[in-house]
Amino acid sequence: MPRSRIDIPETIHYLSILDEHGVLDTELEPQIDDKTLIALYSAMLLGRRFDERMLDLQRQGRIGTFPPIKGQEAAQIGSIFQLKSTDWFVPAFRETAAEIWRGRSLESILLYYNGFNEGTIIPADQRDLPMAVPVGSQILHATGLGYAARYRGTDEIVMTYFGDGATSEGDFHEGLNCAAVYQAPVIFICQNNQWAISIPLKQQTHSATIAQKALAYGMPGIQVDGNDVLAVYTAAQEAAERARNGDGPTLIECVTYRVMMHTTADDPSRYRDDEEVERWRQKDPLTRFAVYLQNKGLLDQSREQEIETEVLAKIQTAVDSAEKQMKTLGEPLDMFNHLYAKMPPSLQCQKEEVRQYLANNTGEVHHG
Amino acid sequence: MAKMTMVQALNLALKQEMAQDDSVVLLGEDVGPDGGVFRVTDQLIDIYGKERVIDTPLAESAIVGMGIGMAIHGLKPVCEIQFSGFAYQNFHQLENHAARMRWRTQGRLTVPMVMRAPYGGGVRALEHHSESREAYWAHTPGLKMVIPSGPRNARALLVAAIRDPDPVIFYEAKGLYRAFREEVPEEEEVMEIGVPQLVQEGDDVTFISYGAMLRPALEAAEQLAAEGINVEVIDLLTISPLDDRLLIESVKKTGRAVIVHEAPRSFGAGAEIVSRLLEGAFYYLEAPVQRVTGYDIVIPYFSREKAYMPDTARIIKAARATLNT
Ligand SMILES: Cc1ncc(C[n+]2csc(CCOP(=O)(O)OP(=O)(O)O)c2C)c(N)n1
Ligand SMILES: [Mg+2]
Repeated sequence: MPRSRIDIPETIHYLSILDEHGVLDTELEPQIDDKTLIALYSAMLLGRRFDERMLDLQRQGRIGTFPPIKGQEAAQIGSIFQLKSTDWFVPAFRETAAEIWRGRSLESILLYYNGFNEGTIIPADQRDLPMAVPVGSQILHATGLGYAARYRGTDEIVMTYFGDGATSEGDFHEGLNCAAVYQAPVIFICQNNQWAISIPLKQQTHSATIAQKALAYGMPGIQVDGNDVLAVYTAAQEAAERARNGDGPTLIECVTYRVMMHTTADDPSRYRDDEEVERWRQKDPLTRFAVYLQNKGLLDQSREQEIETEVLAKIQTAVDSAEKQMKTLGEPLDMFNHLYAKMPPSLQCQKEEVRQYLANNTGEVHHG
Repeated sequence: MAKMTMVQALNLALKQEMAQDDSVVLLGEDVGPDGGVFRVTDQLIDIYGKERVIDTPLAESAIVGMGIGMAIHGLKPVCEIQFSGFAYQNFHQLENHAARMRWRTQGRLTVPMVMRAPYGGGVRALEHHSESREAYWAHTPGLKMVIPSGPRNARALLVAAIRDPDPVIFYEAKGLYRAFREEVPEEEEVMEIGVPQLVQEGDDVTFISYGAMLRPALEAAEQLAAEGINVEVIDLLTISPLDDRLLIESVKKTGRAVIVHEAPRSFGAGAEIVSRLLEGAFYYLEAPVQRVTGYDIVIPYFSREKAYMPDTARIIKAARATLNT
């Protein structure tokens, strides 16, 4: 009856390939073709510029409250690139760059943040869930999707995203536990941006890392430099292979930083110093990736300018088109639609009540 | 007396209760240095420290579940759930434990706890931030469900909630947080939980409302007054347990009633009130009781929110229906 050490099969690694100064570990460098590298860069830049434009629009009162993603582009784009269109994407609410990569239109994002239900319509061929605002709640859906994908004999995998704060919710623990129990093909991406509104990571968990929580559930976990797109890409590639081979789920902790406010309604000066933010701004994911591409001879000033111009044009077109669409949307009677497969009689009555009310009170004719 | 917003009045209630009773503790997400996302707990951590103003990890079940433990130990926890739309994460702690601890232990263990949460629409918020689901809690035996309608009664009712020996769910209408100011006395003011208030007397029709909907009800009453229609207005303040005596008395006088709430119509507070009126004032009713409410749908994203929320015009229309004018 000894007191002996129990060896737990996994260990936790930290992975960094391209550091904040743009210095590369050539041994760890993933083999990615030139076209894909430029696609990664363009997707990150689009995420960045669209975020900046949304902030302008919000400040001008042209969209409502939204959560900026600035600084988290590598964590999102490096990971989402591993999904095929037949795989499933289960976002939280701060994955705008990943959502765009999956095919969500910029217009739909603008509609959503302008309070139009039309902004959550998902194209029929897209295997994406809508954003989940209740923190951590979507994690279990990913596990269920993964289970179903296996049950139905497909080779689909599932990738879900959440923040550091979400790891405190019961749903996170239940989702990981069940995924491991069923060896479901799910990749859990934690965007550890150090803050959950005003709560810093060290008040969120007493664990040294988030990655190590994977060990408790018997699945591999890895911590990566979340501002290093090559590291995120590599870790997600390994996890995707594992999932596709039937070897179960993985937890990836992307260490990154929320350089902006939590949402546009938040005032971070109440709870954190600018110095800390400034330090993280120096670790910007786009800057170092641009240096990497320059060193590889894939990006020079004119190419950079070209991509920038393309991205800005795409954003402008979307803003114009969304603002035009908004003028024709907003029929109030539509709010009754899509609640049930078949509208129950009681709801039809309520809809009719509103139709008559609006007709008598505004003189407008409604065709919801 | 100082003129205060509802946020300031709630802050005053917490500050004073914490000063005079060191068993009062606050816990929730971002209640510390951030002062809560609506600033209701602003600066309380500076006065009372982080042992009493507890910033929790992001877990509502933890906030309420720990609150129950603290309350059983003799503390008086005031739990803040950042938005009532996230109180489903702690639903089971309230339903399975807080609400019935006294009953299960035949009075030996009790849960003198408050769960505060902002609720309601009309502020152009993101989804899950505008619902009005007081009926869930009102339907749970053992809980008290309180909803103030302005700064002064918010302060006095929060003090009462903290001192109450049973668990109290305290919903704060986001739309009222900074909508207007009222005189709030510096000295202690406590209102009794469970007692509706007569806000305005009238003979022709009774309006029964609560929370953010009291204001459009009062506006409607004012517009009707210009036509010589005198409206009696009752502010429920406590949804459950519902004391119907004032309501029945009023309807016996007016013979007509309009109930206004932003929660969905079916199985809402209005449905219960109609039943009570039928039971208590059936022979006095001159017209069917009207409900002006949200519809039986998820509150739409904010571009369509106005069509969902009850407003003055809808209330006037309902009043006319009871009066046949
Ligand atoms: C269940 C639930 N509780 C509270 C909130 C309010 N809220 C929204 S985001 C957030 C912090 C989330 O932190 P984290 O998981 O780290 O994600 P981040 O915002 O940093 O991307 C909180 C408390 C919510 N949306 N859902
Ligand atoms: Mg975070």
